[in-house]
Amino acid sequence: MNFLFRYANPHEFMRLSGAVLPFTAAATLLCLAVGLYLGFSVPPDYQQGTTIALLFIHVPADVVAELAYGAIAVCSLLSLVWRHPLADTAARAAAPFGALFTALGLVTGSLWGKPMWGTYWVWDARLTSFLLLLFLYLGYMALWNAIEDETRAARAAAILALVGVVNIPIIKFSVDWWSTLHQGESIVSGKVAPVYLWPLLIMMLGYVLLFLTLWMVRIRTAILERRARNLMQAN
Amino acid sequence: MSPFVTLLLRDIRLAARSGGSAVLALSFFALVATLVPLGVGADLHLLARVAGGILWVAAVLAALLSLDRLFQGDFEDGSLDVIALSPLPLELTALAKITAHWLSTGLPLTLLSPLLALLFNLPPQPTLILFVSLLIGTPAVSAVGAIGASLTLSLKRGGLILPLIILPLLAPAVIFGAGAVSLALDRLGAASALGLLAAFAFAAVLLSPFAAAASVRLNLGG
Repeated sequence: MNFLFRYANPHEFMRLSGAVLPFTAAATLLCLAVGLYLGFSVPPDYQQGTTIALLFIHVPADVVAELAYGAIAVCSLLSLVWRHPLADTAARAAAPFGALFTALGLVTGSLWGKPMWGTYWVWDARLTSFLLLLFLYLGYMALWNAIEDETRAARAAAILALVGVVNIPIIKFSVDWWSTLHQGESIVSGKVAPVYLWPLLIMMLGYVLLFLTLWMVRIRTAILERRARNLMQAN
Repeated sequence: MSPFVTLLLRDIRLAARSGGSAVLALSFFALVATLVPLGVGADLHLLARVAGGILWVAAVLAALLSLDRLFQGDFEDGSLDVIALSPLPLELTALAKITAHWLSTGLPLTLLSPLLALLFNLPPQPTLILFVSLLIGTPAVSAVGAIGASLTLSLKRGGLILPLIILPLLAPAVIFGAGAVSLALDRLGAASALGLLAAFAFAAVLLSPFAAAASVRLNLGG
């Protein structure tokens, strides 16, 4: 905890993140380049054909979509319990990326669904719960933007994020229940062959690094913005 | 009379006298139910099939109409400050307001639902299940809605953002409630769905007052 708080100081965060940023950015580029190259040079799957390539863009997006909500939840808890302003900034900065990656996952999923399922959208359990996750992100961001007073907005958003954390497993469960009730499409499951697994893992790492890099940039921008505003008001 | 009951009765009286939120919610509910056959056609088989889902969605939306005023009116005229100073904990205040909201919207909607189900050609057994599911499920709508209402109570246009916040959270209630009616239509046991709905509603009513009280507190600047 002490370690966490030492770097949760905005000044320290700026110093540390400034030093780390070039490396994460370079690692992101490397992972995405290698992952994409490997992903597009895999042999076509016997069932999915060349659309298997979409897998490498789609699955990591879904992973990051959930990861971002986890990041918001942890920051919200830190903000509510220890009232740390940097945690609020971090939570707010993560939300647009969560929404973006959720949307990316939905779009790539439906592009994959067209040749595979014959339709852009099926009310499959996973698709439906990701659509609901997108709305949770949008509501969270809307609440942040709607309340003018920044500390109030931060705490209201933190409460909403934690309510969402309690609710997300229930929503997932209910959507799964609903989907089996309606005899939904069966999800293509089974083991992933190593040829496909390696590019997938590299792409996942690339996506996570991309999220971390962009997140840090946004937090830095928010901190600089606040400093600039304070300077303007001081004059 | 305990402070809880006093607050409960006050809120019900306010709801009944200031424009009658129950009447508005009921009219909205009935109107949506009237528009749906105009939109999807008068095929009675189809209507019976979709009745559970349509009436559940319509009931949730109708309950939403008056939710944004749950704390807002008291916040604007300052009575919320006085209520917060009273010996009643804010959590119980929230629970009283949730109960009052349910008694003035959720319960009337539930009582009206069998009549609307009749218009949708829903057989008697599924109609009974619809009635029971609304009776169990609408308290969850009021409870989860109270979280949204308390988060947006200081906003001038909170009514616009409230549905965006709470409708995704209410997905389980709609799924289990409408699912119970579907199961009953297929002559399968609806008990599993009703049980899950009851669990969801119980958890919502138990936990929401804490979240609502926390956000009322932050809005009062405490």
